[in-house]
This record gives sequence, structure tokens and C-alpha cells, in this order.
Amino acid sequence: MDNNRRSFLKIAGITALAGIGAPVAAHLSSSPAAASAEAHGAPQEGHEAARESGKRDGVRLGMVIDMRKFYGHPEMLDKVIAACDKAHNIPHIGNKKSEIKWIWKAPYANAFPDQSVAHSSKTIAENDFLVLCNHCDQPPCVRVCPTKATFVLEENGIVAMDYHRCIGCRFCMMACPYGARSFNWEDPRPYISEYNPDFPTRMRGVVEKCTFCEERLALGQQPACVEAVKDCGAIVFGDLNNPESQICQVLAKENTIQRSPAYGTKPSVFYIV
Amino acid sequence: MYNKGLIVPGLVVFVIIATFPFWYNGLSAGPVPKPELPPGGEKQCVAPAEVMRSEHMSMLNEWRDEVLRDGHRVAVVADGKEYRKGLQTACMSCHTNKEKFCDSCHNYTAVQPYCWDCHLTPANIVAKKEKP
Repeated sequence: MDNNRRSFLKIAGITALAGIGAPVAAHLSSSPAAASAEAHGAPQEGHEAARESGKRDGVRLGMVIDMRKFYGHPEMLDKVIAACDKAHNIPHIGNKKSEIKWIWKAPYANAFPDQSVAHSSKTIAENDFLVLCNHCDQPPCVRVCPTKATFVLEENGIVAMDYHRCIGCRFCMMACPYGARSFNWEDPRPYISEYNPDFPTRMRGVVEKCTFCEERLALGQQPACVEAVKDCGAIVFGDLNNPESQICQVLAKENTIQRSPAYGTKPSVFYIV
Repeated sequence: MYNKGLIVPGLVVFVIIATFPFWYNGLSAGPVPKPELPPGGEKQCVAPAEVMRSEHMSMLNEWRDEVLRDGHRVAVVADGKEYRKGLQTACMSCHTNKEKFCDSCHNYTAVQPYCWDCHLTPANIVAKKEKP
């Protein structure tokens, strides 16, 4: 019995030592493999670094909203909103809790809470501002989504939604500092007056938001809101990473602001106020 | 065997009850559904009929992932005709009657795909247009 216990303890000790030592030995003996793995991982890190600095490679779609053209023309804001609602089968529920908004209007103090001042100009105090999903470079909604139902499209920087995967947990709505996401508390269909046959509706229990009209861009069209006011060019849409694009020229010329830039979300929507 | 008098009749009763749906329907599975061919007379689809019959569900899932997740919205070209990937944009443009096409087989095989929770059938679209 004594002998058995003694040999058992010996075997257990050797096994424990081997278990602790094996990973170290494996690590030391496979250094060439580890080096190649590092080299493989390097571009990934580079990409992460690019993201940290707020620069995404490739096309990054963005928007400049020239609010000066909307001042005193609230009907133009409504026209933009109506164009979006029609293109995306957005319901008009008429109740604050259930309402669905992709692009909507808000007073300056709500749209730019950290840039509002005590004595703002009359124009700013009296006019509503167009607000929508900012398609951030660092989107907090994407970080919190447990199912990856919302994600960044790498080739154009759009923060996209896959309604098929949304489980309706609403984490993204908590995370979004801009209130750009709406939850379908009920079946939206009874509240849609006419359907756009090219676009689906949503069902009860999913979150939705502006998608920069991905489906229209694929057809070579401009987003519905841009097209609604194209005669006065109040909204400019384009690639923020291409210095030749119209949007970059506007950004270089005009003084613009973003919504709550201090959060570090790096919005893609700019405002001329 | 113990309790033969109980077990054997019990088994017989069980088999009769378990097979009730089969013999009640006269050992036939009912008339095989005939989904309506496109009313517009289109003869060509994105793939041959046999492939579509067995693979349409995986094809739709692939289209969904390509369009939404990979951003590959390029149209599918079959025999020179372009189809925009999507239920509403491709399928329903020829098969304009979901009730007579999709539902005929889905009801027969008792599958309830959730496509139509969000995607619109041509009937849905017409119904909205007629209302003021």
C-alpha cells in the first residue's frame, strides 16, 4: 500500500512537471513557425493601427450636409425624410416609443449637445437639423452586437445591418450615442402606406437604421436623401479617402462640424452650420 | 413471456395509433403539388429546374450572405439575362404569385420559411396600392 502510494505520487509529479514544461518546450522548439505566424499577423496589426488612428484604408463613404441651404426651408427637411421613408418602407407609427427613424430632424441642442452654447444665433435656435446614422469609423454599435448582425463593410466603411441575424437585444441602441437606431416593437407593415417593391420591410423584434442606401449605390444611384435635394446640392455624398472627390473638396473648403466628436467614434457625416 | 395478454394487444394498439396518419389517408401522400409556372411565360431561370427545385434554399442563403455581408450585389447573369440577387428583385419578378408557386410545395412539405416576415410578396404590394 505504502509502495503504491509512493509510486503514484512519483508518476503524478512527473506528469505535472511534463504538463507545465510541455508548452514552454513547444514554444522554444517551434520558433521558426512562430516567426512566420507573426509575419502573417503583421498586416492585421497594421490594419488595427490604421483603425486606431481613425484612417480606414480604401473607400470610406461619407456625407456633408450643408445646413445653410436648409435654413428657413423646413419643407426641404421633410422632403428628404419622405424620400428615405419611401425608399426603405419605413412605417409611420406616430408614437414616440415605437417610431422608426433612419433620417430625422432634431434641434441643434439635441443634434450637437456638446457644441451648443447659451446664446446661440437665431438661425441655429430656430432651425431643425438633419440627423442620421453617422457610419462611424469606430462604431460602438458594432462592438457590442453579440451576433454580428451589424458590422462594417470593409470595402466602403458603411455600418451595415443584416436583419436576418438581428436577435433584437438592443445593445446597439444602448451603445449608439446618436440615437440612430430604432427597434421594431410591433409589426411595421400596417403603418406603411405604400411599399417600395425593391426593398423588404422589417419584422417585429429587429433593430434598423440608415444604411447609406447600399442597395441604391449598387445600382449606381445616389442615396435617396441626396437625390431628394440634388437640385440645390444640399447634401454631398462621396469617398472621404479620395482627395479628388467632391466631398473632400467641400471638406477642404468649408468649416464643418461632426456630431459629438469627443466620443471618438469618428463620424462620417459632416455638417456645415 | 410474462403478461403476454397485456403486452401483445398493447403493442398492436400502439402500432395502429402510430401508423394512423398513413392508413387513414389510404397510404397515399395526397396529390403532388404542381407549382405554377411563371404567368409571364418565362422559360429561363438562374439555374435548371432540377437544381432550383433541390437547391433554391441554399442559393437564397448564399445570395443573402453575398449581398448583405460581403457587399457583392453584382447581378447574376444566366443565358444573357440579368437577375438582381434577391427574392423580391429576382424570383418574384417572374414567379409573380407566391401563393401558387412557393406555397404550393411549402404547404405540402409542411415547411414554413420565414422569408415573408420581411420580404414582400407581389400580392402584398398590390394590396397596399389599392388602399387609399
